[in-house]
Amino acid sequence: MAAITMFLGALVNLTKPGHYIHWHFITISVANVVVIALMVIVFIAALLLPTGHKGGNGS
Amino acid sequence: MTTIEEKGAVAEVDEVDEEVAGQWTVKIRRFLVAKLPPERLIPDRQPAYMASWIYIFGALSIAALTCVILSGSLLAIEGPAWWHLSGLGLFVNSLHLWSVELFFFFMVIHLWGKFFMAAWRGNRQLTWITGVVTFLVSVGAALTGYVSQTNFDSQWISTQAKDGMNSLGIGAYFNVLNFGQMLMWHIYLLPIGVVALTGLHVLMVRTKGIVTPIGAPDDAPAEDATTAEAH
Repeated sequence: MAAITMFLGALVNLTKPGHYIHWHFITISVANVVVIALMVIVFIAALLLPTGHKGGNGS
Repeated sequence: MTTIEEKGAVAEVDEVDEEVAGQWTVKIRRFLVAKLPPERLIPDRQPAYMASWIYIFGALSIAALTCVILSGSLLAIEGPAWWHLSGLGLFVNSLHLWSVELFFFFMVIHLWGKFFMAAWRGNRQLTWITGVVTFLVSVGAALTGYVSQTNFDSQWISTQAKDGMNSLGIGAYFNVLNFGQMLMWHIYLLPIGVVALTGLHVLMVRTKGIVTPIGAPDDAPAEDATTAEAH
Protein backbone atom coordinates (compact mmCIF):
# COMPACT_ATOMS: atom_id res chain seq x y z
CA MET A 1 0.00 0.00 0.00
CA ALA A 2 2.80 2.38 0.96
CA ALA A 3 4.62 1.53 -2.27
CA ILE A 4 1.54 2.36 -4.34
CA THR A 5 1.10 5.64 -2.49
CA MET A 6 4.76 6.52 -3.07
CA PHE A 7 4.49 5.60 -6.77
CA LEU A 8 1.37 7.71 -7.32
CA GLY A 9 2.93 10.54 -5.29
CA ALA A 10 5.94 10.45 -7.57
CA LEU A 11 3.71 10.76 -10.63
CA VAL A 12 1.65 13.71 -9.41
CA ASN A 13 3.09 16.09 -6.84
CA LEU A 14 0.08 17.61 -5.12
CA THR A 15 1.97 19.31 -2.29
CA LYS A 16 2.34 22.60 -4.13
CA PRO A 17 0.04 25.30 -5.55
CA GLY A 18 -1.99 24.18 -8.58
CA HIS A 19 -1.38 25.35 -12.13
CA TYR A 20 -3.86 27.82 -13.59
CA ILE A 21 -4.55 29.08 -17.10
CA HIS A 22 -5.33 32.78 -17.42
CA TRP A 23 -7.02 33.96 -20.64
CA HIS A 24 -8.54 37.45 -20.52
CA PHE A 25 -11.13 37.31 -17.73
CA ILE A 26 -11.17 33.49 -17.68
CA THR A 27 -9.17 31.67 -15.02
CA ILE A 28 -9.32 27.89 -14.86
CA SER A 29 -7.15 25.25 -13.26
CA VAL A 30 -5.22 22.86 -15.48
CA ALA A 31 -6.91 19.98 -13.62
CA ASN A 32 -10.35 21.24 -14.68
CA VAL A 33 -9.20 21.73 -18.28
CA VAL A 34 -7.93 18.13 -18.31
CA VAL A 35 -11.29 16.84 -17.01
CA ILE A 36 -13.22 18.86 -19.62
CA ALA A 37 -10.91 17.60 -22.39
CA LEU A 38 -11.45 14.01 -21.17
CA MET A 39 -15.22 14.52 -21.26
CA VAL A 40 -15.05 15.79 -24.84
CA ILE A 41 -12.89 12.81 -25.88
CA VAL A 42 -15.22 10.30 -24.18
CA PHE A 43 -18.26 12.05 -25.70
CA ILE A 44 -16.82 11.74 -29.22
CA ALA A 45 -15.93 8.10 -28.53
CA ALA A 46 -19.50 7.51 -27.28
CA LEU A 47 -20.87 8.83 -30.56
CA LEU A 48 -18.50 6.88 -32.80
CA LEU A 49 -17.97 3.54 -31.08
CA PRO A 50 -20.51 0.74 -31.53
CA THR A 51 -22.18 -0.63 -28.40
CA GLY A 52 -21.58 -4.22 -29.44
CA HIS A 53 -25.31 -4.83 -29.66
CA LYS A 54 -26.91 -5.23 -33.11
CA GLY A 55 -30.20 -3.43 -33.61
CA GLY A 56 -33.24 -4.71 -35.46
CA ASN A 57 -36.01 -7.20 -34.82
CA GLY A 58 -35.26 -9.99 -32.45
CA SER A 59 -31.54 -9.37 -32.28
CA MET B 1 -60.72 -7.66 -15.28
CA THR B 2 -61.33 -4.83 -17.74
CA THR B 3 -58.99 -3.58 -20.43
CA ILE B 4 -58.62 0.13 -21.00
CA GLU B 5 -56.53 1.96 -23.57
CA GLU B 6 -54.82 5.31 -23.24
CA LYS B 7 -52.32 6.74 -25.73
CA GLY B 8 -51.52 3.31 -27.10
CA ALA B 9 -50.90 1.80 -23.72
CA VAL B 10 -52.99 -1.18 -22.82
CA ALA B 11 -53.52 -1.93 -19.19
CA GLU B 12 -55.77 -4.05 -17.13
CA VAL B 13 -57.57 -2.62 -14.16
CA ASP B 14 -59.63 -4.31 -11.52
CA GLU B 15 -63.37 -3.90 -11.50
CA VAL B 16 -64.85 -2.42 -8.35
CA ASP B 17 -68.35 -2.02 -6.93
CA GLU B 18 -70.33 1.01 -8.06
CA GLU B 19 -70.42 2.46 -4.59
CA VAL B 20 -66.63 2.75 -4.36
CA ALA B 21 -65.94 3.60 -8.03
CA GLY B 22 -65.82 7.31 -7.20
CA GLN B 23 -63.31 6.96 -4.38
CA TRP B 24 -60.03 8.79 -4.81
CA THR B 25 -58.06 5.63 -4.13
CA VAL B 26 -59.78 3.88 -7.06
CA LYS B 27 -59.30 6.90 -9.33
CA ILE B 28 -55.59 7.22 -8.49
CA ARG B 29 -55.05 3.47 -8.89
CA ARG B 30 -56.73 3.43 -12.30
CA PHE B 31 -54.84 6.56 -13.41
CA LEU B 32 -51.47 5.09 -12.39
CA VAL B 33 -52.14 1.69 -13.94
CA ALA B 34 -53.22 3.37 -17.19
CA LYS B 35 -50.21 5.71 -17.24
CA LEU B 36 -47.61 3.32 -15.91
CA PRO B 37 -48.48 -0.24 -16.94
CA PRO B 38 -45.88 -2.75 -15.67
CA GLU B 39 -44.89 -3.88 -19.17
CA ARG B 40 -43.85 -0.31 -19.95
CA LEU B 41 -42.17 0.34 -16.60
CA ILE B 42 -39.97 -2.76 -16.95
CA PRO B 43 -40.03 -3.47 -20.70
CA ASP B 44 -38.68 -6.56 -22.49
CA ARG B 45 -37.89 -4.78 -25.73
CA GLN B 46 -36.67 -1.32 -26.72
CA PRO B 47 -36.25 0.48 -30.06
CA ALA B 48 -33.11 -0.52 -32.00
CA TYR B 49 -31.79 3.05 -31.81
CA MET B 50 -31.45 2.68 -28.02
CA ALA B 51 -28.22 0.78 -28.71
CA SER B 52 -26.16 3.92 -28.05
CA TRP B 53 -23.44 4.78 -25.55
CA ILE B 54 -25.36 7.96 -24.71
CA TYR B 55 -28.01 5.85 -22.92
CA ILE B 56 -25.32 3.75 -21.25
CA PHE B 57 -23.89 6.96 -19.79
CA GLY B 58 -27.37 7.79 -18.47
CA ALA B 59 -27.47 4.42 -16.69
CA LEU B 60 -23.90 4.93 -15.45
CA SER B 61 -25.01 8.26 -13.92
CA ILE B 62 -27.62 6.39 -11.87
CA ALA B 63 -25.00 3.81 -10.83
CA ALA B 64 -22.65 6.62 -9.70
CA LEU B 65 -25.51 8.32 -7.85
CA THR B 66 -26.16 5.06 -5.99
CA CYS B 67 -22.50 4.99 -4.88
CA VAL B 68 -22.79 8.64 -3.80
CA ILE B 69 -25.85 7.91 -1.64
CA LEU B 70 -24.36 4.76 -0.08
CA SER B 71 -20.94 6.31 0.71
CA GLY B 72 -22.66 9.48 1.98
CA SER B 73 -24.81 7.38 4.29
CA LEU B 74 -21.67 5.79 5.79
CA LEU B 75 -20.14 9.27 6.29
CA ALA B 76 -23.35 10.40 8.03
CA ILE B 77 -23.27 7.38 10.36
CA GLU B 78 -19.65 7.82 11.43
CA GLY B 79 -19.12 11.60 11.36
CA PRO B 80 -16.26 14.08 10.65
CA ALA B 81 -13.58 12.68 13.00
CA TRP B 82 -13.92 9.29 11.28
CA TRP B 83 -13.72 10.60 7.72
CA HIS B 84 -10.77 12.92 8.55
CA LEU B 85 -8.62 10.63 10.71
CA SER B 86 -9.25 6.90 10.18
CA GLY B 87 -7.96 4.98 7.19
CA LEU B 88 -11.38 3.53 6.36
CA GLY B 89 -13.00 6.92 6.87
CA LEU B 90 -10.56 8.58 4.47
CA PHE B 91 -11.26 5.81 1.95
CA VAL B 92 -15.06 6.26 2.17
CA ASN B 93 -14.61 10.03 2.00
CA SER B 94 -12.61 9.61 -1.21
CA LEU B 95 -15.19 7.12 -2.51
CA HIS B 96 -17.87 9.78 -1.94
CA LEU B 97 -15.85 12.45 -3.77
CA TRP B 98 -14.92 10.29 -6.77
CA SER B 99 -18.45 8.92 -7.09
CA VAL B 100 -19.60 12.53 -7.41
CA GLU B 101 -16.86 13.27 -9.97
CA LEU B 102 -17.98 10.28 -12.04
CA PHE B 103 -21.66 11.18 -11.56
CA PHE B 104 -21.07 14.60 -13.14
CA PHE B 105 -18.74 13.17 -15.80
CA PHE B 106 -21.33 10.60 -16.94
CA MET B 107 -24.28 12.98 -16.58
CA VAL B 108 -22.66 15.72 -18.69
CA ILE B 109 -21.86 13.29 -21.53
CA HIS B 110 -25.47 12.00 -21.38
CA LEU B 111 -26.70 15.62 -21.39
CA TRP B 112 -24.52 16.63 -24.36
CA GLY B 113 -25.74 13.62 -26.33
CA LYS B 114 -29.40 14.30 -25.57
CA PHE B 115 -28.96 18.00 -26.45
CA PHE B 116 -27.62 17.19 -29.92
CA MET B 117 -30.38 14.58 -30.38
CA ALA B 118 -32.91 17.35 -29.55
CA ALA B 119 -34.36 14.82 -27.14
CA TRP B 120 -37.29 17.05 -26.19
CA ARG B 121 -38.97 16.30 -29.56
CA GLY B 122 -42.25 14.38 -29.69
CA ASN B 123 -43.84 15.81 -26.53
CA ARG B 124 -40.84 14.83 -24.40
CA GLN B 125 -40.29 18.29 -22.88
CA LEU B 126 -40.72 17.04 -19.32
CA THR B 127 -38.15 14.29 -19.86
CA TRP B 128 -35.60 16.90 -20.96
CA ILE B 129 -36.56 19.42 -18.26
CA THR B 130 -36.39 16.92 -15.39
CA GLY B 131 -32.91 15.93 -16.61
CA VAL B 132 -31.67 19.52 -16.79
CA VAL B 133 -33.16 20.41 -13.38
CA THR B 134 -31.53 17.28 -11.91
CA PHE B 135 -28.18 18.57 -13.18
CA LEU B 136 -28.76 22.03 -11.66
CA VAL B 137 -29.87 20.62 -8.29
CA SER B 138 -26.80 18.34 -8.35
CA VAL B 139 -24.57 21.40 -8.69
CA GLY B 140 -26.14 22.77 -5.50
CA ALA B 141 -25.66 19.40 -3.78
CA ALA B 142 -21.98 19.43 -4.78
CA LEU B 143 -21.41 22.99 -3.54
CA THR B 144 -23.04 22.32 -0.17
CA GLY B 145 -20.92 19.17 0.06
CA TYR B 146 -17.70 21.09 -0.49
CA VAL B 147 -18.59 23.54 2.29
CA SER B 148 -19.60 20.71 4.67
CA GLN B 149 -16.22 18.96 4.77
CA THR B 150 -15.21 20.62 8.06
CA ASN B 151 -11.66 21.44 6.95
CA PHE B 152 -9.65 24.39 5.61
CA ASP B 153 -10.81 23.58 2.08
CA SER B 154 -14.46 24.02 3.06
CA GLN B 155 -13.64 27.28 4.90
CA TRP B 156 -11.90 28.65 1.82
CA ILE B 157 -14.69 27.61 -0.55
CA SER B 158 -17.46 28.98 1.67
CA THR B 159 -15.78 32.37 2.10
CA GLN B 160 -15.33 32.58 -1.69
CA ALA B 161 -18.87 31.33 -2.44
CA LYS B 162 -20.49 33.84 -0.07
CA ASP B 163 -19.50 36.68 -2.41
CA GLY B 164 -21.15 34.88 -5.30
CA MET B 165 -24.32 34.27 -3.28
CA ASN B 166 -24.41 37.89 -2.11
CA SER B 167 -24.02 39.12 -5.69
CA LEU B 168 -27.14 37.11 -6.51
CA GLY B 169 -28.97 38.60 -3.53
CA ILE B 170 -29.60 35.23 -1.86
CA GLY B 171 -26.81 35.28 0.72
CA ALA B 172 -29.20 36.13 3.56
CA TYR B 173 -31.37 33.09 2.81
CA PHE B 174 -28.73 30.65 1.55
CA ASN B 175 -25.78 31.41 3.82
CA VAL B 176 -22.77 29.31 2.81
CA LEU B 177 -21.00 30.41 6.02
CA ASN B 178 -23.78 28.77 8.08
CA PHE B 179 -22.41 25.25 8.48
CA GLY B 180 -25.59 23.80 9.99
CA GLN B 181 -27.75 25.13 7.17
CA MET B 182 -25.36 23.88 4.48
CA LEU B 183 -25.12 20.42 6.07
CA MET B 184 -28.94 20.14 6.18
CA TRP B 185 -29.21 21.17 2.54
CA HIS B 186 -26.45 18.70 1.63
CA ILE B 187 -27.65 15.62 3.44
CA TYR B 188 -31.42 16.16 3.41
CA LEU B 189 -33.04 18.64 1.01
CA LEU B 190 -30.83 18.39 -2.07
CA PRO B 191 -30.39 14.57 -2.05
CA ILE B 192 -34.18 14.22 -1.87
CA GLY B 193 -34.41 16.57 -4.85
CA VAL B 194 -31.77 14.73 -6.91
CA VAL B 195 -33.17 11.26 -6.20
CA ALA B 196 -36.81 12.31 -6.74
CA LEU B 197 -36.01 14.12 -9.98
CA THR B 198 -33.93 11.18 -11.22
CA GLY B 199 -36.85 8.84 -10.49
CA LEU B 200 -39.25 11.18 -12.28
CA HIS B 201 -36.82 11.41 -15.22
CA VAL B 202 -36.68 7.63 -15.58
CA LEU B 203 -40.49 7.42 -15.31
CA MET B 204 -40.80 10.01 -18.09
CA VAL B 205 -38.41 8.00 -20.26
CA ARG B 206 -40.52 4.90 -19.64
CA THR B 207 -43.88 6.54 -20.32
CA LYS B 208 -42.84 8.66 -23.36
CA GLY B 209 -40.27 6.23 -24.79
CA ILE B 210 -36.86 7.34 -26.04
CA VAL B 211 -36.67 9.96 -28.77
CA THR B 212 -36.56 8.79 -32.39
CA PRO B 213 -33.52 9.61 -34.56
CA ILE B 214 -33.75 13.02 -36.25
CA GLY B 215 -35.53 12.59 -39.59
CA ALA B 216 -37.18 9.31 -38.65
CA PRO B 217 -40.97 9.20 -38.42
CA ASP B 218 -42.04 10.18 -34.95
CA ASP B 219 -43.44 9.39 -32.40
CA ALA B 220 -44.83 6.02 -31.68
CA PRO B 221 -44.62 4.73 -28.11
CA ALA B 222 -41.53 2.64 -27.52
CA GLU B 223 -43.23 -0.73 -27.83
CA ASP B 224 -44.70 0.14 -31.25
CA ALA B 225 -41.39 1.04 -32.86
CA THR B 226 -38.92 -1.36 -34.43
CA THR B 227 -37.54 -3.14 -31.47
CA ALA B 228 -34.45 -4.78 -30.11
CA GLU B 229 -34.26 -6.80 -26.95
CA ALA B 230 -33.66 -4.70 -23.89
CA HIS B 231 -30.33 -5.35 -22.33
